Amino acid sequence: MELHKRDNRNISPEIPDDWFAPKNKNQEQAEAVVRPSLSYWQDAWNRLVKNKLAMTGLIFLILLTIMAFLGPAISPHSGSQQQLANQNLAPSSDYWFGTDELGRDVFTRVWQGAQVSLFVGLAAALIDFAIGVAYGGIAGYKGGKTDNFMMRIVEILYGLPYLLVVILISVVMGPGLFTIIFALTITGWVGMARIVRGQVLQVKNYEFVMASKTFGTKTGRIIRKNLLPNTMGPIIVQMTLTVPSAIFAEAFLSFLGLGIQPPLASWGSMANDALSAILTGHWWRLFFPALLISLTMFSFNVLGDGLQDALDPKLRR
Amino acid sequence: MEKVLEVKDLHVTFSTYGGEVKAVRGVSFDLHKGETLAIVGESGCGKSVTSQSIMRLIPSPPGRIASGSVLYKGKDLAKISEKEMRKIRGADISMIFQDPMTALNPTLTIGKQLVEGIIQHDGSPKEKAKKRALEMLNLVGIPDPEMRFKNYPHEFSGGMRQRIVIAMALVCEPEILIADEPTTALDVTIQAQILDLFKEIQRKTNVSIILITHDLGVVAQVADRIAVMYAGKIVEAGNRREIFYKPQHPYTKGLLQSVPRLDLEGEDLVPIMGSPPDLFSPPVGCPFTARCDFAMEVCDKAYPFKTHLTKEHHVDCWLQDKRAQKMLSAAK
Amino acid sequence: MLRYIMKRLIAMVITLWFIVTLTFFLMHSIPGSPFNEERATSEAVQRNLESFYNLDKPLYVQYFSYMKSVVTLDFGPSIKKPSQSVNDMLSRGFPVSFELGIVTLVVAIISGITLGVIAALRHNGFIDYLAMTIAVLGISIPNFVLATMLIQQLAVNVPIFPVATWSSPMHMVLPTLALATGPMAIIARLTRSSMMEVLTQDYIRTARAKGLSPVKIVFRHALRNALLPVVTVLGTLAASILTGTFVIEKIFAIPGMGKYFVESINTRDYPVIMGTTVFYSAILIIMLFLVDIAYGILDPRIKLHKKEGS
Repeated sequence: MELHKRDNRNISPEIPDDWFAPKNKNQEQAEAVVRPSLSYWQDAWNRLVKNKLAMTGLIFLILLTIMAFLGPAISPHSGSQQQLANQNLAPSSDYWFGTDELGRDVFTRVWQGAQVSLFVGLAAALIDFAIGVAYGGIAGYKGGKTDNFMMRIVEILYGLPYLLVVILISVVMGPGLFTIIFALTITGWVGMARIVRGQVLQVKNYEFVMASKTFGTKTGRIIRKNLLPNTMGPIIVQMTLTVPSAIFAEAFLSFLGLGIQPPLASWGSMANDALSAILTGHWWRLFFPALLISLTMFSFNVLGDGLQDALDPKLRR
Repeated sequence: MEKVLEVKDLHVTFSTYGGEVKAVRGVSFDLHKGETLAIVGESGCGKSVTSQSIMRLIPSPPGRIASGSVLYKGKDLAKISEKEMRKIRGADISMIFQDPMTALNPTLTIGKQLVEGIIQHDGSPKEKAKKRALEMLNLVGIPDPEMRFKNYPHEFSGGMRQRIVIAMALVCEPEILIADEPTTALDVTIQAQILDLFKEIQRKTNVSIILITHDLGVVAQVADRIAVMYAGKIVEAGNRREIFYKPQHPYTKGLLQSVPRLDLEGEDLVPIMGSPPDLFSPPVGCPFTARCDFAMEVCDKAYPFKTHLTKEHHVDCWLQDKRAQKMLSAAK
Repeated sequence: MLRYIMKRLIAMVITLWFIVTLTFFLMHSIPGSPFNEERATSEAVQRNLESFYNLDKPLYVQYFSYMKSVVTLDFGPSIKKPSQSVNDMLSRGFPVSFELGIVTLVVAIISGITLGVIAALRHNGFIDYLAMTIAVLGISIPNFVLATMLIQQLAVNVPIFPVATWSSPMHMVLPTLALATGPMAIIARLTRSSMMEVLTQDYIRTARAKGLSPVKIVFRHALRNALLPVVTVLGTLAASILTGTFVIEKIFAIPGMGKYFVESINTRDYPVIMGTTVFYSAILIIMLFLVDIAYGILDPRIKLHKKEGS
């Protein structure tokens, strides 16, 4: 075939001759990074925003927080005032969510309950975070015997049935807001400590951490600058899931009569008080607190899932 | 030579949230009976996607074969039903993946994993399938196959696992074996053994092999023909001698210069500067322009025509145009 | 294997001892004696009672006598219902609670895994969204609310199922449903995510490259690996079912251990609280142990005699 002969190289007539001049090029162009590089957090945020379910959860939680403070203020009724004439009124234009058996306004109480429930959840998450990160961070970072000893303790605590311990402590200390938070966190931090330790162990062996170690960077600085940013993902996810489980646990304690005590009310205690009301047809007393618990659980769970996906570096494309 | 596989103008795209990635952009090649065709290129050039598209194993969605055909025994593998494709996978065309540590199911014995393919394709009774599997283990050099049949993957070393993976791929006597970086994850000494095993098996079974690799050392040892891929296109192809001794494309030359060679003592390794283009929006012209030492105005403006140098050797490069020769010699 | 089991057994005993001790000292840190509340008892009666329950002895004596009774599985009499011993309550309540727990666990596991696998295989399809909506709802509704709603809808409004007591299979439907929904949702979500992860593994691609059918790939290659993480949560799941029984037994008036436990909390019946807590803890710790062993059997990579393997 002609094509194989060397002197018969194809000349494409439609290409003008003067295109065959050397290209004027600069070296930087070749070295330029072709894709815009986003920081880890920007990238994670972009991915979270794309997750509709997680964003729904986030938006609901923001609204919930606003309403927890705004709700009691815009309500025409007080949450603690008992009006025996207005017992068990169905929702109406006057009492938006109805009233309870003591004539208290459910709308106002439900948002006051939101403050308490959210406070319990957030407090538990923050305390777990503080203890868990410190404990797990030290165990993972120090390694060796320290780690071994610290993790033995964690193992024993982890073996304890969580809710039983919570019940016991509540029985002993007597129910109340402080007791609940104390009981929820006394063994609750263990899960966080395990996660942090696992992450730290993993990250510790990454080359860039080794590198800063060889440069003689101080331990505290390595933990702050290298380890924490890289372990933040799973920690944030764990915290997102601690809040609803604390709210749930409080509801469970309320059911056992060990929850928030009057005059304070939480969603759990309101729902528990209303359990018998549903059989007498006063559905709104159970419906609104139960709905808010469920929506909050739902929001935190989908947000946690979304964060888990968004913060997972493996999924980065 | 008898053609066993014919890939024509294959386009594969992946839709990601950032847009469409055109991973393979018009790849064509033939595979002949009993030969080894190596597809080389740096990571991300589309060589693995090409091989997985032949088997229709690209994750879909997001990946899909946008156009082109893969002809095997008169069938277009790009178009047949999934059910028909399953009959071909493992029986007519087999595939070996890069990492033997993860290619085997950790919770099944290797025996079960070997036998299931045979039973799937020819419905042999268990005993017969087992006998066949043992023969295969023997062929790939697993000592004491009878004993090891009941072992789990984690009880084998990396090299042994790769032998098992090869045995698994060959157990139904396929006509084509696609090996995607089969030695990359292995020690150098083990690499050589595995490559020898490929040659030996090819001699015994006359299987055609498509070898996907970035390692020119591997290519030099086993390939009959070589296709060089860059940014989703085959930029140069030819037999081993042609590619190694008369490379035409600046990219091929660059690849060869970046490999240490004992026979060219004293010469420095020359890395190829820069990185491949973004396949979200591949350039109109030659994708290598930005990294090419001989880049001309035309290279950015139009993709070069295919120039056939011999029956097997062809290259996509504007330097093949006579006018470029003039320019080059004038520049000197 | 044997060494690992021994090691785990010792750890179990330590944890149990820890719980017994914790329980004991927590109970005794409560100011005052259980007898000087509520009932106005005479001083003599009170002293009599205290001596009967060993409350007049020094703390360490009480501790050792309590430890002894725990080891001999004798939890002593109830304070509030002196005619009954804690052992009576446990032996009467346990079979009922056990039945409720096991039925719930089985229902939760089977339905959860099925839901999770289907969702994973139809990833991002309608069925996936439906299954995951059910799962998230299951996690989001407190079980006492769910139980109440079930009673209201399926027993009061439309009387299909009987409520209260534990006498026929029909009686079991609502409590089981109320109790199983949460754990089922957890299993379904976990199965789904783990299944999706497994389906991207190299060995699944290998199996596909062999030409295996999707059914074989799912059942032979994917499911077993996908279920490993599910097995690890079974222990904690059993715990949540167990604490769930407190609620469910009280709402449905099922005469199980949980009912006694909740009553003992309300009446501050310390021997009963202590006895049931220890008993529950023992069950949970044994469950965790069994789960570990099961995991070792399911995953051939875990060598049970090498502890670091996990």
